[in-house]
Amino acid sequence: MNFFLLSLIKAVVVAFVLLTALAYLQWVERKVIAHIQVRMGPYRVGPHGLLQPLADVIKLITKEDLIPPHANKFLYLGAPFFAVTMALLSISVIPFGSEIHVLGNTTWMQLTDLNIGILFVLAISSMSVYGVAMAGWASNNKYSLLGGLRSSAQMISYELPLSMAVAAPLLLANTLSLRHIVLQQTGYYLGFIPRWSIFQGPMPQIFSFIIFLIAAFAETNRVPFDLAEAENELVAGFHTEYSSMKFAAFFMAEYANMITVCSITTTLFLGGWLPLWPASAGSSYVPTLVFLGGAAVALYHGLNPARRMDRLTLPVVAVVFFLIAVAFLVPAVQAVLLPFFWFAAKTGALLFLFIWIRGTLPRFRYDQLMGFAWKFMFPVAVANLMVTGLLVAAFS
Amino acid sequence: MDVILFLIFAVIAVVCGINVVVQTHPISSAISLIGVMGSLAVLYLLLGAEFLAAAQVIVYAGAVMVLFVFVIMLLNAGAETRRGRSLLAQLLGIPLLLVFLGLMAYFAQRLFPATAMVRFGAFRGGTALDVGEALFTRFLLPFEVVSVLILIAILGAVVLARKELD
Repeated sequence: MNFFLLSLIKAVVVAFVLLTALAYLQWVERKVIAHIQVRMGPYRVGPHGLLQPLADVIKLITKEDLIPPHANKFLYLGAPFFAVTMALLSISVIPFGSEIHVLGNTTWMQLTDLNIGILFVLAISSMSVYGVAMAGWASNNKYSLLGGLRSSAQMISYELPLSMAVAAPLLLANTLSLRHIVLQQTGYYLGFIPRWSIFQGPMPQIFSFIIFLIAAFAETNRVPFDLAEAENELVAGFHTEYSSMKFAAFFMAEYANMITVCSITTTLFLGGWLPLWPASAGSSYVPTLVFLGGAAVALYHGLNPARRMDRLTLPVVAVVFFLIAVAFLVPAVQAVLLPFFWFAAKTGALLFLFIWIRGTLPRFRYDQLMGFAWKFMFPVAVANLMVTGLLVAAFS
Repeated sequence: MDVILFLIFAVIAVVCGINVVVQTHPISSAISLIGVMGSLAVLYLLLGAEFLAAAQVIVYAGAVMVLFVFVIMLLNAGAETRRGRSLLAQLLGIPLLLVFLGLMAYFAQRLFPATAMVRFGAFRGGTALDVGEALFTRFLLPFEVVSVLILIAILGAVVLARKELD
């Protein structure tokens, strides 16, 4: 098929899946946080609050769009646009799955495979500071300015350990292309330990993984590093003056950044779309079992309903889950969806970790945040890189 | 396609470059400079030097310019006021600029013969592998000397920023 047509279809599919995931990630976050705090979370709009993202979008669109007086109009309007563009851009190099054959076409489940893939991601992430910094400065508000300043200082500082942590697994992989980084992690030690970067010899990248994850929390301005929007000190930080869809753009950028960072972590350290244990030991049946389990739980609660609506909604959910479980047994569907299932499962687990930590940890103090980056994370990252380099040189 | 992209980004680079000087507010100048860096990266990419393009964005457009913007924001520098220029600058400024550009063009033409024309994508050796090999074999000494130079600069910064110990 025509290359352009194929790329266009892939881009549309990725954009659709990503934007839906963005909307529902926010629902998942509110639900998980609510359950951590022993509440119900969104419940009114649709069954179990499932239509809440839609209601939020309608609310945000219909809000009044304010521009504060004496704001720099060009930058004030440009900043949210820039932030969301930079957040969505890096998804284009992430490999979601292996090679697939659909209707006689062979393609990779990836928009494009750059031979400088990981550098592209780092470049985009270094540019995404501007969205926040410009928003803070252009609003002409001291709280916004402080939020923007804090955020840019924090992002510059944490980019160093982040880049150092990325460099170490690259030494094992010997390539910068994200697809080849995943392919290089294929195989198992002793038949069951996956050769993912965090387990791979000669130097398992477990330290690098932890450093990367901590730096990723800071890069995405998430709790415990959300000093840029510390509401008890700075109102709402850099987006204090933003309303309506411009506020929604920052919100979207934050969640898109989270998804990107988790996908990169999966690709670099957790073997991307590769299964947890070999297909010969039955890893192909995991999605079927997971969805069957989900169907059974939904059916049980549908038959013993806690609320009147559950008698109707939960059996429907059970049937949908059962159909998905059966679909995973069809070879043609399995070949396409199985790699994506593993990728989504790993990324989803990391996203859950992000939300879990938001529900658990308090915020850092600002000097602690900076001291932690420069005095602890950076030296550890450099030491890890040096040890990895020495071991790779010694064993190759 | 290559030529169209080159023209677009070359024009953006030049316009942003002029804008750096024309703008009175430091933030606007800094943002124009980011535009220059970004379009330069695209020009490197067009020439086939993808590693250089990525490094350009990460180091210049990312790290260096973020620090610029950060300092401007921190100092809260306002727009500079235009003062009247001296008569000499008004009269001789543009002619001298034209002479300078002419000289540059002349020397460029003399130094690089027409046969050494740059062609899009003809350059091989812009991958990370090639750059790494060149840095650690042919250019090892300059590379190490530059890193020592940067180390000295860092030491200087530490000495300057150190609090006086009584």
